[in-house]
Amino acid sequence: MSAVIDAQGLGKRYGRKWALTDCTIEIPAGHVVGLVGPNGAGKSTLLNLAVGLLAPTAGTIEVLGDEPAGSPEGLGRVGFVAQDTPTYSGLSVADHLRLGAHLNPTWDQGAAESRIDQLGLDPDQKAGKLSGGQRAQLALTLAVAKRPELLILDEPVASLDPLARREFLQILMETVAEQEVSVVLSSHLVADLERVCDYLVVLVASRVQIAGPVDDLLAEHRRLIGARRDTDALPANQEVIESSHTERQSTFLIRTTDPIFDPAWTVEEVGLEDLVLGYMGQAASAARNERSTLRLHS
Amino acid sequence: MIEFHLDTRSGVAPYLQIVQQVRRALKLGLLREGDQLPTVKEVVGRIAINPNTVLKAYRELEHDGLVAARPGVGTFVTRTLSDPSLAAHGPLRQDLGRWLDKARRAGLDDESIEALFRDTFRSAREEGVA
Amino acid sequence: MIWLTWRQFRTQAAVVIGGLAVVAIVLALTGPHLVSIADGYLKVCRVDKDCGVTNNPVLTTDPRLEGALNVLVILLPALIGIFWGAPLIARELETGTYRLSWTQSVTRTRWLAVKVGVVGLASVVVAALFSLMVTWWSSPIDRANLDQFGPTFGQRDLAPIGYTAFAFAVGVTAGVLIRRTLPAMAVTLVAFVAAREALTFGLRPHLLPPEHVVSAITSVNQIGFNLSPSGLQVVGTTPNLPNAWVISTDFVSASGQTPTAQFLKSACPKLLNAPPGGGPSGGGPPPAFRECAAKIGARFHEVVTYQPANRYWAFQGIETAIFIAVALLLVGLSFWWVRHRLS
Repeated sequence: MSAVIDAQGLGKRYGRKWALTDCTIEIPAGHVVGLVGPNGAGKSTLLNLAVGLLAPTAGTIEVLGDEPAGSPEGLGRVGFVAQDTPTYSGLSVADHLRLGAHLNPTWDQGAAESRIDQLGLDPDQKAGKLSGGQRAQLALTLAVAKRPELLILDEPVASLDPLARREFLQILMETVAEQEVSVVLSSHLVADLERVCDYLVVLVASRVQIAGPVDDLLAEHRRLIGARRDTDALPANQEVIESSHTERQSTFLIRTTDPIFDPAWTVEEVGLEDLVLGYMGQAASAARNERSTLRLHS
Repeated sequence: MIEFHLDTRSGVAPYLQIVQQVRRALKLGLLREGDQLPTVKEVVGRIAINPNTVLKAYRELEHDGLVAARPGVGTFVTRTLSDPSLAAHGPLRQDLGRWLDKARRAGLDDESIEALFRDTFRSAREEGVA
Repeated sequence: MIWLTWRQFRTQAAVVIGGLAVVAIVLALTGPHLVSIADGYLKVCRVDKDCGVTNNPVLTTDPRLEGALNVLVILLPALIGIFWGAPLIARELETGTYRLSWTQSVTRTRWLAVKVGVVGLASVVVAALFSLMVTWWSSPIDRANLDQFGPTFGQRDLAPIGYTAFAFAVGVTAGVLIRRTLPAMAVTLVAFVAAREALTFGLRPHLLPPEHVVSAITSVNQIGFNLSPSGLQVVGTTPNLPNAWVISTDFVSASGQTPTAQFLKSACPKLLNAPPGGGPSGGGPPPAFRECAAKIGARFHEVVTYQPANRYWAFQGIETAIFIAVALLLVGLSFWWVRHRLS
């Protein structure tokens, strides 16, 4: 399958701070991809680069084989919902649909109208008077009705209450079920993504920590609990992601493709949330080490 | 029409939960031969999960010979799992109740009971395989 | 994109067009009256052979409306720049709605082009219509004043069109660079006023080399006297050059110098104690003034620096062209900035 997003060494710098560093990733088509990481990790930056709202400082990015926002056709193949779901507060819901119809040659007005109907939105209501959940649904409708090949959603449910959040994801999954569309959505909550994503990208401190199909990631990671042991004491085919020790006990989060034979360990499967937390912890300690190394040398 | 629900904390993979719920419904007679399973779109529209999860579950059920997909129409039940042993459920349940009383009187708490049961269940199954 | 631009613009457009319609009606109702008064006066004064500027009744018929119109014409370009130009892009950048527009199937460049094109065209059309109306209505007054090239230069004919196009472009560019509506509006106002002042006072006198009329000082009427704390000063009175633009009237000696305070003290000692005031009064100039004038006339001659009346349209054209050229440059800068720097 071809990649919907292909980034090579992608980086974005603001002033002296790198919001995204050395991002190399090929996101395959046909998945619902979750982009997860703490706030400030670079998720928004990556997604804005993918839709052409930002230009790279370093490296390259291709979306559906083309430069992001490189042409009107290219723009038409990607649907985007920006963070905080911007809408024109003075325009009504119906006006927004007209906006979509006028600005997108591949617009499906019937589908858009039936979706608005299904959501129970009043077409004449000004977008500024809608609730957060309704605005998010409107923005999603706008992005979907132009029949894109790729949907990019930047923290679409972050500020929604649980019911609105659930309804948004329901509509989103319905769309995925009936159209052939790849989805990339970002969130800082793993729970949101766990239900709907089958591919995961973990972004922490401006770097990609790990990426892959969720099933594979869960199959490759294990938690080992046993007597106190040094990290180096583990075999080479077990990559240690995170470790914690007490006086008598050690716990390791490892990544391995081989079976684990050592009977001294209690081996547990790792949930997605713990997996992400493990990588976030690893990135945090790596950053600490880097800072202390800098201090040593300066 | 059967309705699915997802238990996010059960530790069971979502697609397996769907498979299990279909099997349970078949066993209890809630789903009969010829009944249609909800479409993928209907399922994900109710419980917001990845459509591939539903597809995977339906494929497994089809592999087990329980359902068949008719392109353009839907997925239909081809076989029931009505349990001839349904009759035996009653007495077995009573036996189990008595065993549980015994275990409690011996001083076992919930966790130990569960651990004991799981362990025995597992080793019994392994013995069965070997 | 044209639909979206119009949809976002329609309220602002309605306000201005409504205002324009009201003004049009008022002018249509009052204009013919002015014409009839002017024509009536002309008939009479030609017979009496005393046609002059100061007693033409058309000048006193509707001074308030005349004044209001002149103010409106001065304000219009600034208002368009501030309310149509500055928010055009700034608002979208400020509220984040550009993230919606730039991810539909139109490129940034086309988005900007249509917005600037539609609203810019509307601005120019509004300015042209308004200037046309005001020029038409004021023509009896202007003809009576014989001062076409004077203070009303920027409020007639082509000039307001150039100013408006420029103000609009300044507004758009400020919005693009500053990305926030209110600061952009403020900067637009300041930049526009500064540019207008610079061109009116700094550049306009030099757009074409001015002409000069050199004449001897033969009458005391050519000199205006002014007593100030620093001493006696003399200024040239306005010569009779109808519809010309008199830039300055200077007294220059053969060696190119102007009268110094010392010279005036020695040449006109009696005037130093005279009450302050202008030149000659009703009954004829007192002898002291005539003596002073004769002394000045012996050494200095009068040089009038002016732009002849027949250059009026050339100046209108040049000034408008300058403003429109700068407007186009600014719009070009905006395009470049949006395309390459707004990320």
